[in-house]
Amino acid sequence: MSLKVIGKARRRVDGRAKVTGLTKFADDIVLPRMLHCRLLRSPHPHAEILEINTQRAEKHPGVHLVLTGMDFPITFGIMPVSQDEYPLANGRVRYVGDPVAAVIAKDEQTATAALDLIEVNYKSLKTISNSEEALQNPEPRIHDYGERGNIHRIQSYEFGDVAEALAKSAHVFDDVFFYEGNTHLPIEQHASVAAPDGEGKLTLWSSTQVPHYIHRALARALQMPAAHIRVIACPNGGGFGGKCDLHNHEIVVSRAALKLGRPVKICLNREEVFYMHRGRHPVLMRMRTGVTKDGKLTGMHLQTLLDGGGYGGYGAASTFYTGVLQTVTYELPRYKFDACRAFTNKPPCGPKRGHGTPQPRFGQEVQLDKIAEKLKLDPAELRLGMVAKPNSLTANWLKIGSIGLAECIRQVVARSDWENKFKKMKRGKGIGIACSSYLSGAGLPIYWNKMPHSGVQLLADRSGQVTVFCGATEIGQGSDDVLAAMVAEVLGMDPYDIRCVTGDTALTPVDLGSYSSRVTVMMGNAAIQAAEKLKAQIAEAAAEQLEVIPSRLSFSQGKVFVTEKSNKSLSFKEAIEFAEAKFGTLGAVGSYSPPRAPGRYKGAGVGPSPAYSYSACVLEVEVDEATGWFAVPKIWIAHDIGRTVNPVLARGQVEGSVYMGLAEALMEEQVFRRLPPKMSQALVHKIPSLLEYKSPTSLDMPEVDTVLIEDPDPNCPFGAKEAGQGPLLPVMPALANAIFDAVGVRIDELPITPDKVLRALELKAQGKTPRVGPESFPAVPYPKSIFVLPPWEGGDGKESKRNDAAAVV
Amino acid sequence: MSAVPERIHLSMSVNGEETPVSFAPYKTLLEVLREDLNLTGTKHGCELGECGACAVLVDGQPQLSCLVLGAACAGRRIETVEGMANGAELHPLQAAFADLGAAQCGYCTPGILMTAKALLDKDLNVNREQIKEAISGNLCRCTGYQQIFEAIEEAARRMQP
Repeated sequence: MSLKVIGKARRRVDGRAKVTGLTKFADDIVLPRMLHCRLLRSPHPHAEILEINTQRAEKHPGVHLVLTGMDFPITFGIMPVSQDEYPLANGRVRYVGDPVAAVIAKDEQTATAALDLIEVNYKSLKTISNSEEALQNPEPRIHDYGERGNIHRIQSYEFGDVAEALAKSAHVFDDVFFYEGNTHLPIEQHASVAAPDGEGKLTLWSSTQVPHYIHRALARALQMPAAHIRVIACPNGGGFGGKCDLHNHEIVVSRAALKLGRPVKICLNREEVFYMHRGRHPVLMRMRTGVTKDGKLTGMHLQTLLDGGGYGGYGAASTFYTGVLQTVTYELPRYKFDACRAFTNKPPCGPKRGHGTPQPRFGQEVQLDKIAEKLKLDPAELRLGMVAKPNSLTANWLKIGSIGLAECIRQVVARSDWENKFKKMKRGKGIGIACSSYLSGAGLPIYWNKMPHSGVQLLADRSGQVTVFCGATEIGQGSDDVLAAMVAEVLGMDPYDIRCVTGDTALTPVDLGSYSSRVTVMMGNAAIQAAEKLKAQIAEAAAEQLEVIPSRLSFSQGKVFVTEKSNKSLSFKEAIEFAEAKFGTLGAVGSYSPPRAPGRYKGAGVGPSPAYSYSACVLEVEVDEATGWFAVPKIWIAHDIGRTVNPVLARGQVEGSVYMGLAEALMEEQVFRRLPPKMSQALVHKIPSLLEYKSPTSLDMPEVDTVLIEDPDPNCPFGAKEAGQGPLLPVMPALANAIFDAVGVRIDELPITPDKVLRALELKAQGKTPRVGPESFPAVPYPKSIFVLPPWEGGDGKESKRNDAAAVV
Repeated sequence: MSAVPERIHLSMSVNGEETPVSFAPYKTLLEVLREDLNLTGTKHGCELGECGACAVLVDGQPQLSCLVLGAACAGRRIETVEGMANGAELHPLQAAFADLGAAQCGYCTPGILMTAKALLDKDLNVNREQIKEAISGNLCRCTGYQQIFEAIEEAARRMQP
């Protein structure tokens, strides 16, 4: 197959708008008679609201409306299992920043001034500041639902008898790791504009990655028919997972606009974005891994404890993701995974790039480095020797298709000159390797249904124009460019001649949104299906004119021609005219649902994906032993992308992932501190500003050497897998491993900062264990495991009784 | 009664056009551009001078428009992203950014384009280190900066006389 568009480096179809300032982000929307909304947020991390008095605010000149929890009696939440939030607090606040009241006024200045006039009488409650405190303090309960006490979710899965596997192993490695929380930090602050249309129906423009989920959840929150609500996802000024929830402010401005009959806008300030959060969960984890004497994995028992913050959000999914993908990278015969998510009085956590998987990935890849060190094996060779097999099942019944990981490892090893550097550089200089894998789309939607995950509709008319409609959302990754490229490739068109209409629930078929790296695979497959149908219609009409059978026609470069006689041709426009004359108005639809996953046990729905991407990373570091200060001069990354749709964008996704991974490895942390007792003891964000929350600048970013490995996956459009999340994952452990190679100390927690390196060096100098990281893992009351036999032990993918299992084994 | 007037009136040069404008005196240049002149190409990420998204040129110098009072701009020469292209023809920086993947979400892009323009207006023979230094006040969360460096270098090449 000779591809004309796919794989060619091109300017993205929306590139010109982005460099001219014409891309309309949500806050760029200005409507006649538009009012402005500001939210009053709780200064307390945990309190009852005894009384709210809004009278003074209501009388303030320029104020049109004041809303409180009284106006929103119904709970909401993005997942059906997490209906635990109110748009404005209903008698209780659960984190500093929890919205309590809203003022809608003629401008932001007036609304802000009126917030100060709202009197709220709070009664402080005991606050829970982290997951261990949550386990120790079942009372007061932050929510009256969940497992018990302050445990939101707790679960255990075991695939084969792991205790037995560990007992029979030559070595068992037992490590505890901690991964601090961090936040998305999109440069665009969340903004929304709600407006009633001429018929009194509602339109919401918003910075959201998931217009369909917002549409659905908003209908419930407003108790309105979804048919009367239109959600338009504006291009996002960065998402990274932070614009995946239905947010309080989206419901508030919608209700206000309907009440006032006027457009209402809100744009959060930066501090509010920090407090709204929904980012990376802090995760404490314990990993016990058995290996043979030559370093093959025999079994793993992973335990995770997530600090969830004040609400559920996507937390139920996050909890699963801290374990389910541990099996898809290397051959792992048996696996046990316990997870627990606790409620705490902090901003809720949720999905950030890699959603739940970077934390255990960090632990696994650092532990592999320790295994290689102990067994005196080369860590790259160790990994190469146990890469999972293509077209195989994992212990937890995930289906792996293509896997280009071995080639990724070989590439980064060769390009970094690994063999001449590992353990061979002068003291202070080090090199580390780590690998990873990620989903190309979650196998199930967040609410149970049997409908497609992505739909695409095509319209073609006599003007020669092709318009493609899809609910997918442009968040910077190049969603529209992928859509245009897929259609253009099939129809033999120039991608710039295709008009993309996307992310609009009134106009576009449902696509579940830009999350879980699903867009290229799911939207792409739907787009190809729609384009093939349209192509068949055009080919039938054109074949009549050219007096050949349709199968002899080719579509390329804006022409429809007889394959062997390219002078016997029609322009694409002429061909469409004939097709429109023959068939009437031309259109076609395509849709995509992921293949059914083989796992049949309860909980098997999280983890399956149409395809998994793989990455390998080598990172070099230079450590100053006197101060602990270190620098990363260069990073090598190889990413198994299946097939590259547009190399310019693919490289950008990979390098952007490496950047964000390095940021998490070096400096980013969403951390809180208690105010002194004479104040409120509130748990406040330590650094809610872009200046203090450190992220790498252009001066901090090392050179990145990027290789894309193409091993087309049969489940994917033209073989293309994801690129936007997977390459983030190996960067953090590669840094930890490089530090060890440089100075022989282990930093088993993130971020890795010079003070931690210095502390570990001091321990080393004192003859103590040269390690900084969590000392122990708490007693977590995990339940009895759901036991499932791995495929190779005679399992059928269903839960089985352990006794049966013992009999089989 | 406050002595501060509700609105002040002044004139500044915006993208080469003499532009009279009335606005509330507390407004920053960022707010005047976005809210009173409808030039929404200039973005905001913090409104505290931390992210660089709102960078514009004031008398040829890159300035964070969120830290400049509109009232201080009477008679000043303001350049924004809307004024970069020459009619339909993109500025070489814009073309290189679009071609080479320097704009992903595009939100930090106007600020970086203006900062880079100030750099190249002074000197087309810039090296990678000077580019890194020049845009070190502009945060980008998407790209990892590498494609931005390359686009500025490519634009400098295309702009050579």
